[in-house]
Amino acid sequence: MVEYTPTEMMTVSAARALKNDDVCFVGIGMPSAACNLARLTHAPDITLIYESGTIGTKPDVLPLSIGDGELCETAVNTVAVPEMFRYWLQGGKISVGFLGAAQLDKYGNINTTVIGDYDNPKVRLPGGGGAPEIATSCGEVFLVMKQSKRGFVNKIDFVTSLGHGKGGDDRASYGVDTKGPSRLITDLCIMEPHPVGKQFVVTSIHPGVTREEIIENTGWDVEFADEVAETAIPSEKELQVLRELHARTAKAHGDQQ
Amino acid sequence: MVARFMSLKEAVASCVKDGDTISMEGFTHLIPHAAGHEIIRQGIKDLTLIRMTPDMIYDQLIGAGCAKKLVFSWGGNPGVGSLHRLRDAYEKAWPTKLEIEEHSHAAMANAYDAGAAGLPCAVFKGYRGAELPRVNPNIKFIECPFTGESLAAVPAIRPDVTVVHAQKANKKGDVLFEGIVGVQKEAVLAAKKSIITVEEIVDDFGDISPNAVMLPNWAVTAIVELPGGAHPSYAQGYYKRDNAFYKAWDPIARDREAFQAWIEEHVINGGPEDFAAKREANKG
Repeated sequence: MVEYTPTEMMTVSAARALKNDDVCFVGIGMPSAACNLARLTHAPDITLIYESGTIGTKPDVLPLSIGDGELCETAVNTVAVPEMFRYWLQGGKISVGFLGAAQLDKYGNINTTVIGDYDNPKVRLPGGGGAPEIATSCGEVFLVMKQSKRGFVNKIDFVTSLGHGKGGDDRASYGVDTKGPSRLITDLCIMEPHPVGKQFVVTSIHPGVTREEIIENTGWDVEFADEVAETAIPSEKELQVLRELHARTAKAHGDQQ
Repeated sequence: MVARFMSLKEAVASCVKDGDTISMEGFTHLIPHAAGHEIIRQGIKDLTLIRMTPDMIYDQLIGAGCAKKLVFSWGGNPGVGSLHRLRDAYEKAWPTKLEIEEHSHAAMANAYDAGAAGLPCAVFKGYRGAELPRVNPNIKFIECPFTGESLAAVPAIRPDVTVVHAQKANKKGDVLFEGIVGVQKEAVLAAKKSIITVEEIVDDFGDISPNAVMLPNWAVTAIVELPGGAHPSYAQGYYKRDNAFYKAWDPIARDREAFQAWIEEHVINGGPEDFAAKREANKG
């Protein structure tokens, strides 16, 4: 019996969402681990792009920051940041944006700006960075985030980046013609937007997780698909590659003391 | 005007004054930390700080009371957490009140590009469905005169001074950037004056691509030879990012007294010559 943590299950499920021919704009943190796991397993030819300007990067260790030297040294090419955002992102060259969030609603709208009021925040978060335009300019968006009532809320405090807006066709009303969030991978399950209403619907539950757990850790009324799959457990290879990646990363970041 | 080689002290004293709008760029890479320390040592006040990714050096400038306003698109210690001096200034006005103007990366990258290009504003497909336009009056939407498409517009960034770090200058004062080049070139070309600190001054650049990212000497105001001047950021080809120090910064910045003690020891009583040893320590 293979043993794994819920976070490993989430990262592996997120990695599986990517295809070998994807061109993926990678957010830092959880998305970065998932994208590199995909590259090191089933999608060796995937093009990973970080907003620091690195195109087709193949880091041996996960970057602590979006502009670590490792990203540039292993990239096909490194371009200036204005070129990255203008030609490559805005120009529509990127198939998938992979993002995380601090707060998320059931339409995949993202908050990474503030908890509470903008002018008098309870918690001031780092801000949008590249996300507002990644969310609208990439062909589709995958989201990865640990599930909790605090993070998965009915109404986010600030719309940093557009998901499906108020649902239905609302996203298109902002002049956005890309698909938007098409998959949400958590440590408990996988959700996909309803084809019409665009609210997230649970389509696959990770092994050993109950519907109650998902409901308890979600701030909105959870919808389950008519047929809910069970997510395949991580393979030994997926776990081995992921753990080695994390071990190399820890060593690299600690070695520099 | 051809770039002049100066000491760091002279460069900051002659280019930066109270109340200036200043951009100290670097996208993780080539962040001009030593120059930031000199600004703190010279006690320059009321600066409007511009940077896409304010991290430790702006945390230090803000905590030391040099800034009145921050224009930014992502403010954090990457992979570690919050900028505690930034938050303390913004949320509790310590040591002084800090005003913020917040954008997205795409907006700022376009705004630097517009500044370098001599345009009054940048136009791009951005902020669609996003809430920042509600809280930032410097984000507007205009209609494309040809297609009618609604496009975001932000003012061009035109700093009084841009300060950046690069790998090399040659003896004529031309500057070479390599690796993750961020918006450094755009930020220098958008500014009225510029200070560039470099790892070394060489006779010539040798065998480099004709398409290398360079600034000719007449496009730069002041050049300072400052080995290690980006530490704890990095200079590709010279030293690695000191990730351990970025992590160590978190507890220092959390506490006002620990922060002040650190500034006193390493900035007020330190100098640009301290950075060379950091370069040696982070080779690898």
